[in-house]
Amino acid sequence: MSVDLPTVKKIASLARIAMDDAEAAALLPELNNILGWVEQLGEVDVSGVEPMTAVIPNTLRLRDDVVDADPLTGGGVRDKILANAPEPQHGFFGVPKVIE
Amino acid sequence: MSDYRIQGETGEWEVVIGLEVHAQISTNAKLFSGASTEFGAEPNTQVSLVDAAMPGMLPVPNRECVRQAVRTGMALGANINKYSRFDRKNYFYADLPQGYQISQLYHPIVGEGQITVSLDDKDPDAPTKSIGVERIHIEQDAGKLMHDQHPTMSYVDLNRSGVALMEIVSKPDMASPAEAGAYVRKLRAILRYVGSCDGNMEQGSMRADVNVSVRKPGYELGTRTETKNVNSVRFVQAVIEQEAKRQVELIEGGGTVVQETRLYDPDRNETRSMRSKEDAHDYRYFPDPDLLPLELDDDFLAECRASLPELPDAKQARYESVLGLTPYNAATLIADADTARWFEALMAEGARIQGKDEKDVATASANWLLGELYGALNRLGLSLADSPVSPERGAELIALVADGTISGSIAKQVFEIMLETGDPAAKVVADKGLKQTSDTGAIEAVVAKVLADNADKVAQYKDGKEALFGFFVGQTMKAMQGKANPQVINEILKAKLA
Repeated sequence: MSVDLPTVKKIASLARIAMDDAEAAALLPELNNILGWVEQLGEVDVSGVEPMTAVIPNTLRLRDDVVDADPLTGGGVRDKILANAPEPQHGFFGVPKVIE
Repeated sequence: MSDYRIQGETGEWEVVIGLEVHAQISTNAKLFSGASTEFGAEPNTQVSLVDAAMPGMLPVPNRECVRQAVRTGMALGANINKYSRFDRKNYFYADLPQGYQISQLYHPIVGEGQITVSLDDKDPDAPTKSIGVERIHIEQDAGKLMHDQHPTMSYVDLNRSGVALMEIVSKPDMASPAEAGAYVRKLRAILRYVGSCDGNMEQGSMRADVNVSVRKPGYELGTRTETKNVNSVRFVQAVIEQEAKRQVELIEGGGTVVQETRLYDPDRNETRSMRSKEDAHDYRYFPDPDLLPLELDDDFLAECRASLPELPDAKQARYESVLGLTPYNAATLIADADTARWFEALMAEGARIQGKDEKDVATASANWLLGELYGALNRLGLSLADSPVSPERGAELIALVADGTISGSIAKQVFEIMLETGDPAAKVVADKGLKQTSDTGAIEAVVAKVLADNADKVAQYKDGKEALFGFFVGQTMKAMQGKANPQVINEILKAKLA
């Protein structure tokens, strides 16, 4: 598998990374090198092998349905939430007008 | 098979409809954080560092969200997948701080199920149709944007960001606006019975993406469009009508339907293209590396199943076969979980105070609830939840009629007073002296006077004008201010006129 220049530019645009033609052209061989390297994994026959999701046996931890049980993952922290916002407005984030 | 058709210039067209319903899961906390889900809070006060996608914050799923999705799946007779996974759906928008929505594309938690709908809600004997459910998956809601508060800025409120949604995806099994409406109403009823979603469409707890395509009968499926975020049953039906008509006109005019996302404008009753960029739907899904697969064990599933309430279809069948209610009454009572709960409380209390079986008080309870109480609530503009008369007070009133203390017509008067004062029925009856009399002597005296005052009518009656019997009953009742036992009046009149 390899990518061409238009694909590189499209992925950059989907990821909102500004990239001029020279940068994209420079990135093209690098990406294709990585893809080629990863592709070697395809040489291993994994038919019938369950995909592994963790190196040690592990299960998904679930939380109880309790509001603000842990202050680190609870609400009521608007000042912190907005602390780094460039334009907080009356408790909202202010952003450039976006209307479809 | 629906006979709904769009009449085009080239003949008839069928409509094919599929719905993706987003239902907010009723929980206290969000899907991956401990922030509250309560509606109507000040902006950004119910946002955790997780919901704002601060660097380093990791999602931990809320067990109750998983449980409610599983219970919903079970209520739809669906396969529950003991293994499911979360995936990232990547896109950029100001209401999505993570830059991706955590959803379930490849391995949803619930597989295929179905919903049976009546093709005519007003007719209990109408045919039914089974509509397939393709899948249910769990995902995060996005934040809310407000565009009208500032001339050059949009405001972002992340209170809804990270709230748990179930996306319930139907098969393209519906063929008319009426079927789609019946599907949404029935789904809403089931969600409310299960308690997994409050079904409140005005507050956005339930909204639908409406997929519509048209085809000539018997032909292959046409290209579909998807109208997003439709927030009432009426609008769902309007979208289907407008969109089907638009597509037929487009095709017959030589155009082709483009697979695209549209928005519904209720003010103009039309759908219009969102004119998204072509690559906006390239979501680059991949498994979320922050979350292990979700694996459910048998104990968890057993608890989910054991905690399911009696569902609408089963309840309707029981109301008819065990309680002996008419199909119409049964269908009306089960349509909403709250109404059914109110009815069952009324009936249980009635059975208790009258010392009877529930089935022996069921019909009287149903008739009173759907007749007297609903009539009064409609008149007062109140919902059942705000009824000034509780099920216990209602049951006392019905019991007074059942044991002959008051007549049915006096019961209506007593009820009116109860609505105003909130007093128990027995107190109203005692205070106003409305107790029905079965005192034979007193009734006999009044009957004798009525017959004497109307000697001409008695003569007519004896000549064969038997319809006058009702007149004598009425006159006697009137003379006794409605408080005489009608059965006793009948007996005495029959004896005297014989």
